[in-house]
Amino acid sequence: MDFTAIAGSLLGGVLIGLATAALLLFNGRIAGISGIVGGLLKPVAEEWSWRAWFLAGLLVGGFLVYAVAPGAFAIEVHRSWPVLVLGGVLVGFGARLGSGCTSGHGVCGLSRLSARSWVATAVFTATGALTVYVLNHLLAGA
Amino acid sequence: MIMRNAIAFGAGIVFAIGLGLGGMTQPARIIGFLDVAGRWDPSLVFVLAGAVGTSMLTYRWILRQRHPVLAVRFQIPPVRQIDGRLLLGSGVFGVGWGIGGFCPGPAVTALVSGHPVAIVFVLSMLAGTLLFDYTPLGGLRLSRRKAAGSAGGPPMTTAPTDA
Repeated sequence: MDFTAIAGSLLGGVLIGLATAALLLFNGRIAGISGIVGGLLKPVAEEWSWRAWFLAGLLVGGFLVYAVAPGAFAIEVHRSWPVLVLGGVLVGFGARLGSGCTSGHGVCGLSRLSARSWVATAVFTATGALTVYVLNHLLAGA
Repeated sequence: MIMRNAIAFGAGIVFAIGLGLGGMTQPARIIGFLDVAGRWDPSLVFVLAGAVGTSMLTYRWILRQRHPVLAVRFQIPPVRQIDGRLLLGSGVFGVGWGIGGFCPGPAVTALVSGHPVAIVFVLSMLAGTLLFDYTPLGGLRLSRRKAAGSAGGPPMTTAPTDA
């Protein structure tokens, strides 16, 4: 990978870090997307508004990126629809059972040196890599 | 309240721009990162390094403050134990991540592209989230919360989750 790709990735990461820092500094909240989505879906919605505003921000930010660089949403996934649906269900279910996803455990949790989050991140990276190995190499594109 | 919502809105915008710039909204890049046996794409390492580095530096200072600027207290997950739920949940999450190349934030952000893959993935993800809330596992957590509350702990306004 070339220098601009590395710089883009690093800068993207810094922006993600700044966003989570702002949410903690001002609102005292952890920026975990699965928790934010899950909180909105609960039968008894707790502190609904900030979560809704955060998700609205994600969409507005997404629109800005799309307007400037539609290539950022180059979505090429070589999976069949049923497998893709299964993937989505597992992501939603697993994030709730494991109390977090790539943002909550992988960014916020690692940053505050939570042992739980370090373990969670190691586990989901390992099972993710294993899954890609099985689908892309053993089964070659299920 | 209005200020807190404005911060959340702004943080969401910056977060999404970071995801887009970092290539997180391109599932092929994520799958490339997880594909250690194929053509490994290291770019996600730099995204993670930038994000964790920034958070780590700022969090130390932020958590030394008495309280957040706009709230009474910091709501940091109190749970510390590494249990079966954490391991199983993270394991299951990783399998889904490896399948779709999407995790929740980038998936929601990618909705703006109108791409059917993003839409189907987010709908499935919401189904999985609801599935958890309405299974005994979700119920188990609810009863644990009640038990923790009745044991004289501080009143919980949110579930003891990390995210």
